Amino acid sequence: MAQTVSENENWTTIIKPRTGLFEVNLKEIWDYRDLLTLFVKRDITVQYKQTVLGPLWWLIQPALTVIMYMVVFGGIAGIPTDGVPQPLFYLAGVCMWQYFADCLTKTSNTFVSNAGIFGKVYFPRLIMPLSNVTSNLVRFGIQFGLFVIVYIYYAIIGLAPSPNWYFLLFPLLVVMMAGLALGFGIIISSLTTKYRDLQILFSFIVQLWMYATPIVYPLSQVVGKQKWGIDVAKVMCLNPVTPIIETFKHGALGAGEFIGWGWLAYSFTFMIVTLGIGVLIFNKVQKSFMDTV
Amino acid sequence: MTTAIEFNNISKQYRLGLVSTKTLSHDLNRWWQTAVLHKEDPYLKIGSVNDRSKVADSEYVWALKNIDFKVEQGDVVGIIGKNGAGKSTLLKMLSRVTGPTTGTIKAKGRIGSLLEVGTGFHPEMTGRENIFMNGAILGMTKSEITKKLDEIVDFSGCERYIDTPVKRYSSGMMVRLGFAVAAHLDPEILVVDEVLAVGDAEFQKKAIGKMQDVSRGEGRTVLFVSHNMASMKALCRRGILLENGAIRFDGSMGDTIELYLKGNEYKEDGTILSNVKCLSNEIKITKVLINGKANRIMNMPFPNRKLDVEIEGELLNDIHMSIEAKLFDSESVLLAKFAPVLMKTEVPKVTKGRFKLAETINLPYNMTNGEYRLQLEVSHPNVQYLAVIPDAAKLVLSDYITPTGNSLMYNQNGMLLLQ
Repeated sequence: MAQTVSENENWTTIIKPRTGLFEVNLKEIWDYRDLLTLFVKRDITVQYKQTVLGPLWWLIQPALTVIMYMVVFGGIAGIPTDGVPQPLFYLAGVCMWQYFADCLTKTSNTFVSNAGIFGKVYFPRLIMPLSNVTSNLVRFGIQFGLFVIVYIYYAIIGLAPSPNWYFLLFPLLVVMMAGLALGFGIIISSLTTKYRDLQILFSFIVQLWMYATPIVYPLSQVVGKQKWGIDVAKVMCLNPVTPIIETFKHGALGAGEFIGWGWLAYSFTFMIVTLGIGVLIFNKVQKSFMDTV
Repeated sequence: MTTAIEFNNISKQYRLGLVSTKTLSHDLNRWWQTAVLHKEDPYLKIGSVNDRSKVADSEYVWALKNIDFKVEQGDVVGIIGKNGAGKSTLLKMLSRVTGPTTGTIKAKGRIGSLLEVGTGFHPEMTGRENIFMNGAILGMTKSEITKKLDEIVDFSGCERYIDTPVKRYSSGMMVRLGFAVAAHLDPEILVVDEVLAVGDAEFQKKAIGKMQDVSRGEGRTVLFVSHNMASMKALCRRGILLENGAIRFDGSMGDTIELYLKGNEYKEDGTILSNVKCLSNEIKITKVLINGKANRIMNMPFPNRKLDVEIEGELLNDIHMSIEAKLFDSESVLLAKFAPVLMKTEVPKVTKGRFKLAETINLPYNMTNGEYRLQLEVSHPNVQYLAVIPDAAKLVLSDYITPTGNSLMYNQNGMLLLQ
């Protein structure tokens, strides 16, 4: 009898062995938005505490990387940059890729590196990867500022390439980058709770992935090339990051040709699917990961 | 009264080999040992086994099995039990840190859990920033924390360092700050795991006082886990005793503690010798007698208050040593110490080979009736312990009656009738 009474009462929390696959509680994430902002703030302020140069490091890193690329890929290897000044070309690629790679590596460590907190207190676990993506966005913003400054410099000396209307896609491109990184990241983080091998493998893959994406070379270099009877450019576009980077470079710098709405839609769909699968797996794993991590 | 929490047939199963201990480092080590080096799991051997015999497949262990109870709103429940009985697992499931294997838990209202003090503290951030961080992790909103900030800082007693990074804090200060935040949580249901014993004596008192206010005055439902029986008694009305992953007793806190401590009692069978722990390999103990007897129960009807202790054994070297003893009550509170050599200038040197030590302990005649525990030690005071015999004997003192006819018991009157 007590059973029937209690079933009529209004329970606010019901803890069951397994949650349904699609029980993703978005309202709960919204309730914890303060925590999200605090995590973002923490990530940003803590990173360069007790350093002299502070956030300047965010600019020094891409600047040095670009110089290195200019020497190695532009100078020694002599890879063309679609007629765009080398610093601008590389900076555009580096900023975008760095954002993607940072989100990805950080997110893919979610469970393992936060096991201490996760083991002691409950909050929607998705807050963690979401805060990673957001705090990296701030960093990306600052680095993009560097890109704008360099662009203005080239405009003053009259060498700036002309942007075009595709540049308006920029916010969408950033969202797609974030979505892809988040999606892949949470899938990997869910799988690494049991098998840490993936984590090691993955940090390596991210490095290689950059070379499979037109960061240090333009896609136009491979257009029309055939290998074993396959169009190399098409294969490269299967990499969902390629259309995003190419569209950005074309929009901002007028480099190369527009990749086409088809490929962009492909990337977008890829992002949605990855994110969807990621959230589902993540949701499933978060319930029991403390027993396996 | 309405039910605030309901545990319905909750069980938690861990698979041996993947079973989780509390710390990440252990898990990493286990993973390394088992998956990479193909060695035996290093933690299973020392881990406690929770009634594995009931399960046919021995690859699995039940940390908790068929837990079924309800907690009324405003109830303050203390959960006690030995290490590994499943207390923390139970709280973890209620805190949604890990899920149950079977069964459901239903709860009404926000659940605030305090499984650790200062979760999410970042060493580089200041005390103030960490209050916000920790508060938000525990489920408070920013405005709630802002409202209570002064109170929290005041409670922690760290005003002076509040804008200093917590990496410069002493560990005690860090813990104070962490507890202060948690103490100002406002959930309808509060889950507290073994975090009352924090900070110095002053702060502990403050912490327990605060918890008392929270649980009594504010009508909140609280679940405590602690090994500190005194504070559990002070805080909780209802007690639940967990044993091997199952509820053994559910009733008033006093009764629960009594039963738990009884369960703690040493096996009365066996000889004193079986309890000897040699701490040095230079000594071997072959015989221990108290009042000429080798068993571990000593009935001492008044006026018998004398303990003749004899220890025989072998030494590999000449060693300075003597017998010492400690007297505890049945709740393991130290009451008195016997150390005759402390009154002498020199500790006698015992030559190697067979030896025999003997001492007589005269308990005061005005000692109250009750059960006491005697621990024997062979040591060179201030230099080294050679052997310890914890719970060497249970002393049952009886028949001491005052001239006015009162029989004074330890539980009510303490150890001595002062004169």
